[in-house]
Amino acid sequence: MKVFFFAIAVLLTNLKADAQQSISVFETFDEFKHILQTSTDTTYVINFWATWCKPCIAELPYFEQANQTFKSKPVKFILVSLDAMKQLEKKVIPFIQKTNIKSKVILLDDDDYNVWIDKVSTDWSGSIPATLLFTKDKRLFVEQEFIDAIELESFINQFIQS
Amino acid sequence: MKQTIILSFLLSCFISLDMLAFNPGDGYQIGDVATDFSLMNVDGNMVSLSDYPDAKAYVVIFTCNTCPWAVKYEDRIIALSKSLSEKGYPLIAINPNDPAMKTGDSFVAMKERAEEKGFNFPYIFDKDQTVFPVYGATKTPHAYVLDKDRVVKYIGAIDDSPRDADAVEINYIENAIQAIENGTLPDPATTKAIGCSIKSRK
Repeated sequence: MKVFFFAIAVLLTNLKADAQQSISVFETFDEFKHILQTSTDTTYVINFWATWCKPCIAELPYFEQANQTFKSKPVKFILVSLDAMKQLEKKVIPFIQKTNIKSKVILLDDDDYNVWIDKVSTDWSGSIPATLLFTKDKRLFVEQEFIDAIELESFINQFIQS
Repeated sequence: MKQTIILSFLLSCFISLDMLAFNPGDGYQIGDVATDFSLMNVDGNMVSLSDYPDAKAYVVIFTCNTCPWAVKYEDRIIALSKSLSEKGYPLIAINPNDPAMKTGDSFVAMKERAEEKGFNFPYIFDKDQTVFPVYGATKTPHAYVLDKDRVVKYIGAIDDSPRDADAVEINYIENAIQAIENGTLPDPATTKAIGCSIKSRK
Protein backbone atom coordinates (compact mmCIF):
# COMPACT_ATOMS: atom_id res chain seq x y z
CA MET A 1 0.00 0.00 0.00
CA LYS A 2 2.86 2.33 0.87
CA VAL A 3 4.46 1.58 -2.47
CA PHE A 4 1.19 2.34 -4.17
CA PHE A 5 0.96 5.77 -2.55
CA PHE A 6 4.55 6.43 -3.34
CA ALA A 7 3.87 5.57 -6.98
CA ILE A 8 0.91 7.95 -7.02
CA ALA A 9 3.01 10.65 -5.42
CA VAL A 10 5.73 10.19 -8.00
CA LEU A 11 3.14 10.24 -10.73
CA LEU A 12 1.61 13.45 -9.41
CA THR A 13 5.03 15.06 -9.04
CA ASN A 14 5.81 14.12 -12.62
CA LEU A 15 2.53 15.52 -13.85
CA LYS A 16 3.19 18.68 -11.94
CA ALA A 17 6.67 18.98 -13.40
CA ASP A 18 5.30 18.47 -16.90
CA ALA A 19 2.56 20.98 -16.37
CA GLN A 20 5.26 23.42 -15.46
CA GLN A 21 6.97 23.13 -18.83
CA SER A 22 6.50 26.71 -19.90
CA ILE A 23 5.82 27.22 -23.57
CA SER A 24 7.11 30.41 -25.09
CA VAL A 25 4.72 31.85 -27.62
CA PHE A 26 5.87 33.97 -30.53
CA GLU A 27 3.30 35.87 -32.51
CA THR A 28 5.66 36.90 -35.28
CA PHE A 29 8.57 35.27 -37.00
CA ASP A 30 10.65 38.37 -36.29
CA GLU A 31 10.32 37.75 -32.57
CA PHE A 32 11.09 34.07 -33.07
CA LYS A 33 14.02 34.22 -35.50
CA HIS A 34 16.75 34.53 -32.85
CA ILE A 35 15.90 30.94 -31.89
CA LEU A 36 17.42 29.91 -35.23
CA GLN A 37 20.76 31.60 -34.51
CA THR A 38 23.61 30.71 -32.21
CA SER A 39 27.12 31.94 -31.52
CA THR A 40 28.16 28.75 -29.73
CA ASP A 41 29.24 25.30 -30.92
CA THR A 42 26.02 23.75 -29.70
CA THR A 43 24.05 21.86 -32.32
CA TYR A 44 20.39 22.83 -32.36
CA VAL A 45 17.73 20.43 -33.59
CA ILE A 46 14.54 22.32 -34.42
CA ASN A 47 11.48 20.31 -35.33
CA PHE A 48 8.41 22.01 -36.81
CA TRP A 49 5.18 20.22 -35.95
CA ALA A 50 1.54 20.74 -35.02
CA THR A 51 -1.00 18.78 -32.99
CA TRP A 52 -3.17 18.40 -36.13
CA CYS A 53 -0.31 16.82 -38.10
CA LYS A 54 -0.34 13.05 -37.59
CA PRO A 55 3.10 12.23 -39.06
CA CYS A 56 4.55 15.00 -36.89
CA ILE A 57 3.07 13.49 -33.76
CA ALA A 58 4.31 10.08 -34.83
CA GLU A 59 7.92 11.23 -34.93
CA LEU A 60 7.95 13.35 -31.75
CA PRO A 61 8.89 10.32 -29.58
CA TYR A 62 12.03 9.91 -31.74
CA PHE A 63 13.02 13.46 -30.88
CA GLU A 64 12.36 12.75 -27.23
CA GLN A 65 14.52 9.66 -27.42
CA ALA A 66 17.30 11.43 -29.30
CA ASN A 67 17.18 14.20 -26.71
CA GLN A 68 17.97 11.55 -24.08
CA THR A 69 20.69 9.97 -26.20
CA PHE A 70 22.44 13.31 -26.74
CA LYS A 71 21.85 14.74 -23.27
CA SER A 72 25.54 14.71 -22.32
CA LYS A 73 26.50 16.29 -25.66
CA PRO A 74 26.17 19.91 -26.79
CA VAL A 75 22.94 19.24 -28.64
CA LYS A 76 19.71 21.08 -27.91
CA PHE A 77 16.24 20.11 -29.08
CA ILE A 78 13.39 22.56 -29.64
CA LEU A 79 9.96 21.47 -30.83
CA VAL A 80 8.25 24.36 -32.61
CA SER A 81 4.48 23.96 -32.69
CA LEU A 82 2.75 25.76 -35.56
CA ASP A 83 -0.62 25.44 -33.88
CA ALA A 84 -2.70 28.58 -33.52
CA MET A 85 -2.28 30.40 -30.23
CA LYS A 86 -5.91 29.79 -29.33
CA GLN A 87 -5.11 26.06 -29.41
CA LEU A 88 -2.41 26.43 -26.77
CA GLU A 89 -4.59 25.70 -23.74
CA LYS A 90 -7.03 23.50 -25.59
CA LYS A 91 -4.73 21.26 -27.61
CA VAL A 92 -1.00 21.91 -27.27
CA ILE A 93 -0.58 21.85 -23.48
CA PRO A 94 -2.89 18.82 -22.99
CA PHE A 95 -1.01 17.01 -25.75
CA ILE A 96 2.38 17.73 -24.16
CA GLN A 97 1.14 16.59 -20.77
CA LYS A 98 -0.47 13.47 -22.16
CA THR A 99 2.59 12.42 -24.14
CA ASN A 100 4.96 13.54 -21.39
CA ILE A 101 7.18 15.56 -23.70
CA LYS A 102 10.28 16.82 -21.95
CA SER A 103 11.97 18.68 -24.79
CA LYS A 104 11.55 22.42 -24.97
CA VAL A 105 8.39 23.41 -26.82
CA ILE A 106 7.78 26.76 -28.50
CA LEU A 107 4.64 27.93 -30.26
CA LEU A 108 5.02 30.08 -33.37
CA ASP A 109 1.75 31.65 -34.43
CA ASP A 110 2.57 33.74 -37.50
CA ASP A 111 0.32 32.85 -40.41
CA ASP A 112 2.18 35.07 -42.83
CA TYR A 113 3.84 31.87 -44.03
CA ASN A 114 4.83 33.11 -47.44
CA VAL A 115 7.07 35.68 -45.75
CA TRP A 116 8.83 33.48 -43.21
CA ILE A 117 9.06 29.91 -44.59
CA ASP A 118 11.95 30.90 -46.86
CA LYS A 119 13.72 32.47 -43.89
CA VAL A 120 13.88 29.06 -42.22
CA SER A 121 15.09 27.44 -45.43
CA THR A 122 14.58 28.18 -49.08
CA ASP A 123 14.43 24.37 -49.50
CA TRP A 124 11.22 24.24 -47.45
CA SER A 125 8.00 23.99 -49.46
CA GLY A 126 5.95 24.35 -46.29
CA SER A 127 4.94 20.80 -45.48
CA ILE A 128 5.40 19.50 -41.97
CA PRO A 129 7.03 17.72 -40.31
CA ALA A 130 10.24 19.52 -41.13
CA THR A 131 13.50 19.70 -39.22
CA LEU A 132 16.35 22.19 -39.13
CA LEU A 133 19.78 21.41 -37.70
CA PHE A 134 22.26 24.19 -37.13
CA THR A 135 25.38 25.33 -35.37
CA LYS A 136 27.04 28.70 -35.71
CA ASP A 137 28.81 27.43 -38.84
CA LYS A 138 26.41 25.18 -40.69
CA ARG A 139 22.77 24.48 -41.32
CA LEU A 140 20.87 21.51 -42.67
CA PHE A 141 17.17 21.39 -43.42
CA VAL A 142 15.06 18.34 -44.16
CA GLU A 143 11.40 18.26 -45.11
CA GLN A 144 10.71 14.63 -44.30
CA GLU A 145 9.62 12.58 -41.37
CA PHE A 146 12.06 10.22 -39.68
CA ILE A 147 11.13 6.57 -39.61
CA ASP A 148 12.58 5.90 -36.17
CA ALA A 149 14.87 7.31 -33.49
CA ILE A 150 17.89 5.50 -34.94
CA GLU A 151 17.50 7.26 -38.27
CA LEU A 152 17.13 10.60 -36.52
CA GLU A 153 20.15 10.01 -34.30
CA SER A 154 22.29 8.93 -37.27
CA PHE A 155 21.15 12.04 -39.10
CA ILE A 156 22.17 14.27 -36.20
CA ASN A 157 25.51 12.47 -35.76
CA GLN A 158 26.29 12.80 -39.45
CA PHE A 159 25.52 16.52 -39.26
CA ILE A 160 27.76 16.99 -36.23
CA GLN A 161 30.64 15.24 -38.01
CA SER A 162 30.11 16.98 -41.35
CA MET B 1 24.79 24.91 -53.31
CA LYS B 2 27.07 23.39 -50.71
CA GLN B 3 24.06 22.90 -48.50
CA THR B 4 22.22 21.17 -51.31
CA ILE B 5 25.13 18.82 -51.88
CA ILE B 6 25.41 17.98 -48.19
CA LEU B 7 21.68 17.54 -47.98
CA SER B 8 21.60 15.23 -50.98
CA PHE B 9 24.48 13.24 -49.56
CA LEU B 10 22.88 12.87 -46.18
CA LEU B 11 19.54 12.04 -47.69
CA SER B 12 21.07 9.35 -49.81
CA CYS B 13 22.82 7.95 -46.75
CA PHE B 14 19.97 7.89 -44.35
CA ILE B 15 16.69 8.27 -46.08
CA SER B 16 15.30 5.50 -48.21
CA LEU B 17 15.39 5.93 -51.96
CA ASP B 18 11.68 6.19 -52.55
CA MET B 19 11.56 9.15 -50.19
CA LEU B 20 14.28 10.79 -52.23
CA ALA B 21 12.04 10.54 -55.28
CA PHE B 22 9.91 13.25 -53.71
CA ASN B 23 12.68 15.68 -52.98
CA PRO B 24 10.97 19.06 -52.94
CA GLY B 25 13.58 20.34 -55.38
CA ASP B 26 11.99 18.23 -58.12
CA GLY B 27 8.88 19.16 -60.01
CA TYR B 28 7.77 22.09 -62.06
CA GLN B 29 9.21 25.54 -62.07
CA ILE B 30 7.42 28.58 -63.48
CA GLY B 31 7.53 28.39 -67.27
CA ASP B 32 7.61 24.58 -67.53
CA VAL B 33 4.92 22.90 -69.60
CA ALA B 34 2.79 20.72 -67.34
CA THR B 35 1.93 17.19 -68.30
CA ASP B 36 -1.63 16.10 -68.88
CA PHE B 37 -3.03 13.19 -66.87
CA SER B 38 -5.94 10.83 -66.96
CA LEU B 39 -7.26 10.11 -63.48
CA MET B 40 -10.55 8.84 -62.19
CA ASN B 41 -13.07 11.32 -60.90
CA VAL B 42 -15.41 10.63 -57.99
CA ASP B 43 -18.22 10.22 -60.58
CA GLY B 44 -16.36 7.26 -62.10
CA ASN B 45 -15.24 9.08 -65.28
CA MET B 46 -11.65 9.70 -66.26
CA VAL B 47 -10.59 13.36 -66.30
CA SER B 48 -7.79 14.99 -68.31
CA LEU B 49 -6.83 18.59 -68.99
CA SER B 50 -7.49 17.85 -72.67
CA ASP B 51 -11.17 17.35 -71.76
CA TYR B 52 -11.32 21.15 -71.70
CA PRO B 53 -10.26 22.22 -75.22
CA ASP B 54 -11.70 25.71 -74.71
CA ALA B 55 -10.02 26.34 -71.36
CA LYS B 56 -8.36 29.75 -71.13
CA ALA B 57 -6.29 28.49 -68.18
CA TYR B 58 -6.39 25.64 -65.68
CA VAL B 59 -6.32 25.56 -61.91
CA VAL B 60 -4.96 22.28 -60.51
CA ILE B 61 -5.08 21.87 -56.73
CA PHE B 62 -3.57 18.92 -54.89
CA THR B 63 -5.78 18.47 -51.87
CA CYS B 64 -7.31 15.72 -49.77
CA ASN B 65 -10.00 14.78 -47.27
CA THR B 66 -7.86 14.45 -44.19
CA CYS B 67 -5.50 17.40 -43.93
CA PRO B 68 -7.06 19.95 -41.55
CA TRP B 69 -5.79 22.78 -43.72
CA ALA B 70 -7.15 21.25 -46.90
CA VAL B 71 -10.50 20.94 -45.14
CA LYS B 72 -10.31 24.62 -44.18
CA TYR B 73 -10.08 25.41 -47.89
CA GLU B 74 -12.99 23.27 -49.14
CA ASP B 75 -15.60 26.02 -49.16
CA ARG B 76 -13.14 28.45 -50.69
CA ILE B 77 -12.27 25.98 -53.47
CA ILE B 78 -15.99 25.50 -54.20
CA ALA B 79 -16.48 29.28 -54.45
CA LEU B 80 -13.37 29.63 -56.57
CA SER B 81 -14.47 26.88 -58.94
CA LYS B 82 -17.88 28.53 -59.31
CA SER B 83 -16.50 31.93 -60.22
CA LEU B 84 -13.67 30.63 -62.42
CA SER B 85 -15.41 27.86 -64.37
CA GLU B 86 -18.07 30.33 -65.50
CA LYS B 87 -15.27 32.38 -67.04
CA GLY B 88 -13.67 29.43 -68.82
CA TYR B 89 -11.08 28.43 -66.23
CA PRO B 90 -11.68 24.87 -65.09
CA LEU B 91 -10.57 23.91 -61.59
CA ILE B 92 -9.48 20.33 -60.95
CA ALA B 93 -8.71 18.88 -57.52
CA ILE B 94 -6.36 15.91 -57.22
CA ASN B 95 -6.00 13.72 -54.13
CA PRO B 96 -2.37 12.54 -54.10
CA ASN B 97 -2.41 10.64 -50.81
CA ASP B 98 -1.94 6.91 -50.54
CA PRO B 99 -5.01 5.59 -48.69
CA ALA B 100 -2.87 2.77 -47.32
CA MET B 101 -1.14 5.50 -45.29
CA LYS B 102 -4.28 7.50 -44.65
CA THR B 103 -7.57 5.60 -44.86
CA GLY B 104 -9.63 8.78 -44.84
CA ASP B 105 -8.25 9.54 -48.29
CA SER B 106 -9.58 6.42 -50.01
CA PHE B 107 -11.52 6.74 -53.25
CA VAL B 108 -14.72 5.82 -51.41
CA ALA B 109 -14.03 8.50 -48.81
CA MET B 110 -13.36 11.00 -51.62
CA LYS B 111 -16.76 10.22 -53.15
CA GLU B 112 -18.46 10.66 -49.81
CA ARG B 113 -16.74 13.96 -49.15
CA ALA B 114 -17.49 15.30 -52.64
CA GLU B 115 -21.15 14.43 -52.21
CA GLU B 116 -21.38 15.79 -48.69
CA LYS B 117 -19.83 19.13 -49.64
CA GLY B 118 -21.34 19.32 -53.13
CA PHE B 119 -18.01 19.69 -54.93
CA ASN B 120 -18.61 21.54 -58.20
CA PHE B 121 -15.28 20.45 -59.68
CA PRO B 122 -13.68 17.13 -60.58
CA TYR B 123 -12.07 15.53 -57.56
CA ILE B 124 -9.74 12.97 -59.05
CA PHE B 125 -7.50 10.35 -57.51
CA ASP B 126 -3.77 10.04 -58.21
CA LYS B 127 -4.09 6.38 -57.37
CA ASP B 128 -0.65 5.28 -58.56
CA GLN B 129 0.96 8.46 -57.21
CA THR B 130 2.47 9.22 -60.59
CA VAL B 131 1.16 12.75 -61.13
CA PHE B 132 2.01 14.66 -57.96
CA PRO B 133 5.78 13.92 -58.08
CA VAL B 134 5.92 15.16 -61.69
CA TYR B 135 4.22 18.40 -60.66
CA GLY B 136 6.42 18.56 -57.58
CA ALA B 137 3.53 18.84 -55.15
CA THR B 138 4.78 18.20 -51.62
CA LYS B 139 1.77 19.00 -49.53
CA THR B 140 -1.96 19.54 -49.39
CA PRO B 141 -3.21 21.98 -50.39
CA HIS B 142 -0.71 22.82 -53.15
CA ALA B 143 -2.01 24.79 -56.14
CA TYR B 144 -0.87 25.25 -59.74
CA VAL B 145 -2.20 27.66 -62.35
CA LEU B 146 -1.48 26.73 -65.97
CA ASP B 147 -2.21 28.86 -69.01
CA LYS B 148 -4.13 27.48 -72.00
CA ASP B 149 -0.91 25.88 -73.33
CA ARG B 150 -0.37 24.24 -69.94
CA VAL B 151 2.59 26.49 -69.16
CA VAL B 152 2.99 26.74 -65.38
CA LYS B 153 2.29 30.33 -64.34
CA TYR B 154 1.75 30.03 -60.62
CA ILE B 155 2.69 27.54 -57.88
CA GLY B 156 1.82 27.70 -54.22
CA ALA B 157 -0.89 28.63 -51.78
CA ILE B 158 -4.51 29.36 -52.67
CA ASP B 159 -4.59 32.63 -50.75
CA ASP B 160 -2.72 34.44 -48.02
CA SER B 161 -4.84 33.28 -45.08
CA PRO B 162 -4.93 29.48 -44.76
CA ARG B 163 -6.34 29.60 -41.28
CA ASP B 164 -9.10 32.13 -41.67
CA ALA B 165 -11.22 32.58 -44.79
CA ASP B 166 -12.48 35.92 -43.51
CA ALA B 167 -9.00 37.38 -43.26
CA VAL B 168 -7.96 36.77 -46.88
CA GLU B 169 -6.30 39.82 -48.38
CA ILE B 170 -4.80 38.32 -51.53
CA ASN B 171 -6.31 35.44 -53.46
CA TYR B 172 -3.20 34.18 -55.23
CA ILE B 173 -5.10 32.02 -57.71
CA GLU B 174 -7.50 34.77 -58.77
CA ASN B 175 -4.50 37.04 -58.94
CA ALA B 176 -2.72 34.61 -61.30
CA ILE B 177 -5.81 34.16 -63.47
CA GLN B 178 -6.17 37.93 -63.70
CA ALA B 179 -2.55 38.20 -64.83
CA ILE B 180 -3.10 35.55 -67.49
CA GLU B 181 -6.20 37.45 -68.65
CA ASN B 182 -4.14 40.62 -68.84
CA GLY B 183 -1.31 38.89 -70.63
CA THR B 184 1.09 39.64 -67.78
CA LEU B 185 3.04 37.42 -65.39
CA PRO B 186 1.48 36.66 -62.01
CA ASP B 187 3.09 38.48 -59.12
CA PRO B 188 3.76 36.62 -56.91
CA ALA B 189 4.37 33.63 -59.20
CA THR B 190 5.22 31.36 -56.29
CA THR B 191 4.15 31.41 -52.66
CA LYS B 192 4.58 29.16 -49.66
CA ALA B 193 2.27 28.01 -46.91
CA ILE B 194 2.26 25.33 -44.25
CA GLY B 195 0.47 22.17 -45.30
CA CYS B 196 0.29 18.42 -44.71
CA SER B 197 3.01 16.39 -46.35
CA ILE B 198 1.69 14.10 -49.09
CA LYS B 199 1.48 10.54 -47.84
CA SER B 200 3.37 8.19 -50.09
CA ARG B 201 4.22 4.55 -49.92
CA LYS B 202 7.41 3.79 -48.11
